Amino acid sequence: MVSVSMTVNGKAVTKDVEPRTLLVEFLRQNLGLTGTHVGCDTSQCGACVVHVNGKSVKACTALAMQCAGAEVTTIEGLANGADLHPMQAAFREHHALQCGFCTPGMIMSAVDLVKTNADPSEKEIREWLEGNICRCTGYHNIVKAIKAAAADMRG
Amino acid sequence: MAENGIGAPVRRKEDKRFITGKGTYTDDINRPGQAYAYFVRSPYPHATINGIDKAAAEAAPGVLAVITGDDVAEAGWGGLICGWMVKNKDGSDMRAGNHPVLAQGKVRYVGDHVACVVAETYAQAKDGAELVEVDYGPLIACAALADADRPGQPQIHDDVPNNTVYNWELGDQAAVDQALASAAHVTKVDLTNNRVVPNAMEPRAAIGEYDSAQEAFTLYTTSQNPHVARLVMSAFIQVAPEHKLRVIAPDVGGGFGSKIYIYSEECICLLAARKIGRPVKWTGDRSEAFLSDAHGRDHITHAELGMDADGNFTALKVHTKANMGGYLSLFASCVPTYLYATLLAGQYRTPQIYCAVDAVFTNTVPVDAYRGAGRPEATYLLETIIDQAADELGRDPADLRRQNFIKPEQFPYDTPVALTYDTGNFHAVLDKALEVSDYANFASRRAASEAKGKLRGIGFSCYIEACGIAPSAVVGSLGAGVGLWESAKIRFTHTGVCQVLTGTHSHGQGHETVFAQLIAEKLGVPIENVEVIHGDTDKTPVGMGTYGSRSLAVGGQAIANAADKIIEKGKKIAAHLLEASEADIEFKDGSFTVAGTDRSKALGEVIFEAYVPHHIPQGLVEPGMEEGAFYDPANFTYPSGTYICEVEVDPDTGVVSIDRVVAVDDFGVIVNPLIVEGQVHGGLAQGIGQALTENCVYDSAGQLLSASYMDYCMPKADDLPTFEIATTSTPCSHNALGVKGCGEAGAIGSPPAVMNAVADAIGTRVSMPATAEKVWRALQASKTSQAAE
Repeated sequence: MVSVSMTVNGKAVTKDVEPRTLLVEFLRQNLGLTGTHVGCDTSQCGACVVHVNGKSVKACTALAMQCAGAEVTTIEGLANGADLHPMQAAFREHHALQCGFCTPGMIMSAVDLVKTNADPSEKEIREWLEGNICRCTGYHNIVKAIKAAAADMRG
Repeated sequence: MAENGIGAPVRRKEDKRFITGKGTYTDDINRPGQAYAYFVRSPYPHATINGIDKAAAEAAPGVLAVITGDDVAEAGWGGLICGWMVKNKDGSDMRAGNHPVLAQGKVRYVGDHVACVVAETYAQAKDGAELVEVDYGPLIACAALADADRPGQPQIHDDVPNNTVYNWELGDQAAVDQALASAAHVTKVDLTNNRVVPNAMEPRAAIGEYDSAQEAFTLYTTSQNPHVARLVMSAFIQVAPEHKLRVIAPDVGGGFGSKIYIYSEECICLLAARKIGRPVKWTGDRSEAFLSDAHGRDHITHAELGMDADGNFTALKVHTKANMGGYLSLFASCVPTYLYATLLAGQYRTPQIYCAVDAVFTNTVPVDAYRGAGRPEATYLLETIIDQAADELGRDPADLRRQNFIKPEQFPYDTPVALTYDTGNFHAVLDKALEVSDYANFASRRAASEAKGKLRGIGFSCYIEACGIAPSAVVGSLGAGVGLWESAKIRFTHTGVCQVLTGTHSHGQGHETVFAQLIAEKLGVPIENVEVIHGDTDKTPVGMGTYGSRSLAVGGQAIANAADKIIEKGKKIAAHLLEASEADIEFKDGSFTVAGTDRSKALGEVIFEAYVPHHIPQGLVEPGMEEGAFYDPANFTYPSGTYICEVEVDPDTGVVSIDRVVAVDDFGVIVNPLIVEGQVHGGLAQGIGQALTENCVYDSAGQLLSASYMDYCMPKADDLPTFEIATTSTPCSHNALGVKGCGEAGAIGSPPAVMNAVADAIGTRVSMPATAEKVWRALQASKTSQAAE
């Protein structure tokens, strides 16, 4: 066991974990943050996307130890208190989710896209989502929601 | 229309928990003292098990138990079952073979369940599983569907000769042969409907728990139908009496059919929990999902369509071989029969249809219902052969279809394959699709593509499906082991909160919103005051679950009927309070009014009086306000649609790009257009995935080559276009809501539209999926043959 410390959703956390513990396991099992999901075992589906030091990362592909000292944000930490993040609000408004399983990863990934590209085109959004699989929506409304959220975030 | 009632694009009530990471999926649940399970799966497609040495695993750190088929036998549990009996042509019963919960002396596919290791942690269970030594005696596998029933093939089940589950038929073969012999033109096709994997994004998971004092089990599981799971586990597998088994299906991350069935893992978590006296959790990973979730489709078919000199269809003859995999899964036998052959009339007046189906075992993962289940296979066949016929006759594909459509005035229409379509207007749907797609100007779009060096094609598909599954008497006559009605209960509290308890289950469909809209419409209760409860056999009335686009057409109608009973009871109370005759009370927009007056009582006041009956004379009504209904539909519902796809093919690379998909559907009455559009989008993506990217591949030895997202190509956002969606409406005639169901349409209608478009672009037909390599090779082959001419 090794001791790992990081900041998750603004709170400092320290846990003893096996060295092989993945970031996603650390979040789900050690911290009980089950909003971050696991949908595959080859780093393809993107259900586990979180932000590490502000950038979107697949939490199934990083060891918890690699993130020692990092600032991690998960879907649970995205809203500002009771106020939804514009991306969350847009997903609801545009019916961009059905079963909800890919949704946290989609939202975290999309937030990172809009951070670096404030006005993404449909093509850019679709290409960005290469690393996120949704089986329910056909992506149509996800693309719409991300465009709308980007506009909202531009103000 | 009531506020947020039928027809309103209400934003979903369930979304807030999902967008904030507060959903509760099975793997999110942790029970006190929980241990973890990991399964030892067969690496061989076909092998005897000569022995299992558990000693090293049992001694490994953290390991609590190693469970094998012997433990299942010792518990006296039976095997997994198939719920539909299909008869052979000669009237004899199909041969289902045994489906043990854990292998008994033999394994029949790669991924078959051999043993289960239970340990303190998931990692220790996984490590322990590596130490279970299984002495396999490898056998030659039978992996190819085409060969499986040929004499001399390896026998997969000893009591199933020639690996043949059944040889079934529907229709008058002699009459069809005669009609084909006298046809002016006969179009013939040989088609493969490729095997695909449902791939709900949430992998299956289960937690088993045992209360030794109550001698009762609780199972948390990723199920589309918790009551069916309880019934099958109790009545057939003999896990426990029904009152000693509670099944909870919490938030479920998609199903598409694959979470209908009762799987080994769920049963073993229960057995293991009893054995070690602690809750036992299993969470499948994606590789396990590929190796053990029921797969879909997998047909090979020869078909012939006869036409007279004017292009009127005269007869259709179909012979299909359907892959069942290594065992017969819960619904597997009915998919290529009652959900396939019965749909072969499609939207057309073809007077004579004959279909023969051979269902065979192979050493592959079991195949069962996947979104559409039989109906996509029927539609792919029909819409391909008609397209081919139009091509051979030099006819416009839309015109040939229209000429043969059942006419609006012919409904209700009895097909020659046992169904009665109650309503529809195929002409109106096609007209709208042609208009939305701007078919008239296709030639100019093709020319524009050509100018860029691209090949453009257009493809049509006119589907019909039978959903709202299903009238119990009908499915009973077809061999179903259960009735397929649905149940509902409406319970008001003192303060007017409305709880709706349903036997259906929502795993993405938005029932919490749509069913609240039904209550808003029927009873005038704001949707905020409606709570929809589902997914727990201890809480909800017995119901048959969610599949076959049945939740609204069957479950929704049960809710509407229960609401009518609330109104009836409320009228009695209101009549008394208003000192009027019950016959004079009208209920509208949440109020009981004496007809022709302004005297009224709000529903809330009547409910309060029902719970605090201080003014109700003894014997007028029972106290309280809770009503239930069971609804058994009179017929299937028949959504239909026309899908038009335009593709561009790059002749240098063979890459197919979807430029447009137009989907026009007749779903009858639509409760929430936002949700309906979402269902169509998702279905389209799965159908387009099957047509262009997805393929489940076994090698000739029976190894699964496409068992991860590295090898199995799921459609991504940049593989798909923005969809163009429209609807027409002929309400269903036999449910009062007029609804038909929309969950499967997209996956049924889209594959032939895409494949016909590809064929139109490249001038030849390829099999699904139309990958760049396949298309490029087809283009090279036609170049070569043209050069030779």
